[in-house]
Amino acid sequence: MKKKDFYLFIVPSLLMMFLFIAVPLAIVFQQSFYITQNVFEDVEVETCTPGFLKQICETEIQTKPKLDANGNIINVSVFVGLENYKNLLQIEKFKKSLYSFSLSEIEKINFWKAFRFTVTFCLITLPLVISLGLLIAITVNNLTQSLKGPVIFISLLPFIITPIIGALAIRWLFVGEGILTSLIEYLLERDIALFASAWTLELLMVIYRVWHVAPFAFIVFYAGLQTVNKETLESAVIDGANRFERLRYIVIPHLMPLIIFVSLIHLMDSYRVFEEIVAFSSQAYVISLQWLTYDFLTPDDTGNRLINRASTSAMLTMIGVSVIILPLLKRTWADYREGNL
Amino acid sequence: MKIRVFLLGIAFALVSNFAWAGCSFTNVVEVRSLTNSFDAWKSVTEAMSECGNVTATLDSEFKDKQPDAFAANPSLYEIGGVSGSTITPLLNAGTIRPLDDLVAKYGQNLNPNQLIKIDGKIMGIAMSVNNQHLMYRKDILDNLGIAEPKTYDDVLAAAEKIKAANVVDYPFGGAYKSGWNLAEEFVNMYLGNGGEFFGEGNAPTLNNAAGVKSLETMKKLTAYMDPEYLTSDSTYAQKQMQQEKIAMAYLWATRAGAMDNAEESKVVGKIVMASAPMGDVRPASTLWWDGIVIAKNISDVKAEAAFRVAMEGMDTEMVTANNEDAVWLITGYKPGASAAGAAATAENGAAPYPSGSRMGVMHSALGNGIADFLTGAKDAASTLADIEAAYTSAATEKGLM
Repeated sequence: MKKKDFYLFIVPSLLMMFLFIAVPLAIVFQQSFYITQNVFEDVEVETCTPGFLKQICETEIQTKPKLDANGNIINVSVFVGLENYKNLLQIEKFKKSLYSFSLSEIEKINFWKAFRFTVTFCLITLPLVISLGLLIAITVNNLTQSLKGPVIFISLLPFIITPIIGALAIRWLFVGEGILTSLIEYLLERDIALFASAWTLELLMVIYRVWHVAPFAFIVFYAGLQTVNKETLESAVIDGANRFERLRYIVIPHLMPLIIFVSLIHLMDSYRVFEEIVAFSSQAYVISLQWLTYDFLTPDDTGNRLINRASTSAMLTMIGVSVIILPLLKRTWADYREGNL
Repeated sequence: MKIRVFLLGIAFALVSNFAWAGCSFTNVVEVRSLTNSFDAWKSVTEAMSECGNVTATLDSEFKDKQPDAFAANPSLYEIGGVSGSTITPLLNAGTIRPLDDLVAKYGQNLNPNQLIKIDGKIMGIAMSVNNQHLMYRKDILDNLGIAEPKTYDDVLAAAEKIKAANVVDYPFGGAYKSGWNLAEEFVNMYLGNGGEFFGEGNAPTLNNAAGVKSLETMKKLTAYMDPEYLTSDSTYAQKQMQQEKIAMAYLWATRAGAMDNAEESKVVGKIVMASAPMGDVRPASTLWWDGIVIAKNISDVKAEAAFRVAMEGMDTEMVTANNEDAVWLITGYKPGASAAGAAATAENGAAPYPSGSRMGVMHSALGNGIADFLTGAKDAASTLADIEAAYTSAATEKGLM
């Protein structure tokens, strides 16, 4: 392709990425170093609201935002350096709780509570997704031709369902009066409450996420399995390699670039775990970093929202994602340099 | 066949065009409303639609949209449905208009009690009042010889007896869902115990005996609730009551009507609506109202049409048809048994919800902080101290302190 054609093709996409990814990112980055606030003033206000039969009038000093000449709320932005990061990370408190060697002390700080869950969630689901995906792929690959189509279709269903809907379905099955809870209660003859403790909630979240993402791993690995060199496999059989050895020394090395690809995507996705928290309304027990950002952005009844702190939290999430995928990126880069890719 | 369907379609189109039969005038100006989505709003917006050219948006997340939608010029909605606290951002930003002249012209049927007055100017029209109060199964309490609980000590004693008798799954239920709901429970309890939220310069003043007592009462109650209480919102608690799972509930007055709805309730006629239990000073409940406001950034013609449509939505005819949907303030409302709890709570002297910018920040801090005490992660004093710290940090960031 001529260089000019190449640029013509890529310019629209670059422009879009610049407008919709780079620019917002730069603004969020900048926002995380500023505090934007209203200018408030104390005014005496008489408020009359309905009682049951007669009105209740109260006069009190209220703190209200000042308006400018055009009737708009006056906003001021102040550069505060790392203040937002300090507020969010609570470094002093975090250090103190580190010295006490107690996880429950660290979990009293919202950010670190969310961080602890997010990281464990990523690291626990990753091997489960990869191994389950591989298992299904190998099983389907060994099925007779006539069964393959229907089994692939059914295996893919969890991946097609919208995440929030899937998570809600799990919630309705396992909530206090849910069908599955009732069944388990009937079988065990005891009351269970899966949504009333952190570990059961986390377990449900892991199960849900693996159920939801394993089909993606499966379909990628299944495609990869079609390209395994048949002759190598046959010669391995002749050399006396058993099924496990063939998997260990031929199939998995062949699939390695795909395993890294699936791991990358999965880590990036699961670091932003969010739907599970909302659908299970688990915020009393378990919160994630993405949920924290969302919570800062949600306005309260009177319209306040913490945009700057949300920006800070979003930046930290982005840094976190970059760090957690770093080992995998390094490996891909090394493979690329060696010419394996 | 196709022609018949086509004709049917035309017939329907004509009928819907003439659907303003229930309205006293024909509205020709486009009017849009954004309100919450509970039953009372459904009834009111349906009655408004009878006037024609009304587009009603009912959205339980309305409060996230309303401030920005009303700040646009022209405003995206003419009519806004608000409550005692969600009117605050609109008042602060000055995006709703005074209604004095419109009330003088078209508001002959309004009660003086309905007029929301800020510094003497009418800024909104209330349609109903709401508060949380006690609901209990009369059959169960009578069988066990328990008198109507008047305080939370009574409630706890009754719950213990009900638990011992093992007649329901859980003795007590309420909207304890972490976040806004849980914070509201604390606000009710704390104000009932005579607590003050703010001191000099909007500084928080929670960490005191009243605060600790409120938290401890809440924790004692949770021992008698479904263990998943931190995910239980009003609808969940309402269903528990309707399905005979609980014997007492602390719920919104808007949920009272549903207890006697035979289509979804197994406890028709068995529930008594009682006052909210007394705290140390006043009933542990706050008074709320729901009503409408009219946008500022619209033409006077539009505002007039919007106000007239709203008055049609909030007229006696609508109340007569939907008497049980809410504790209406509108002429023609017949307070039935389902309104008794709300009335008793108000008569016993419950305080209005103390809305304002600082209270919004406080409510969020409470909603995120209280669960740690109920789950046992923190003790009462450090829970309150952490909530105060969270409030201080957020209020400072917003410029309130």
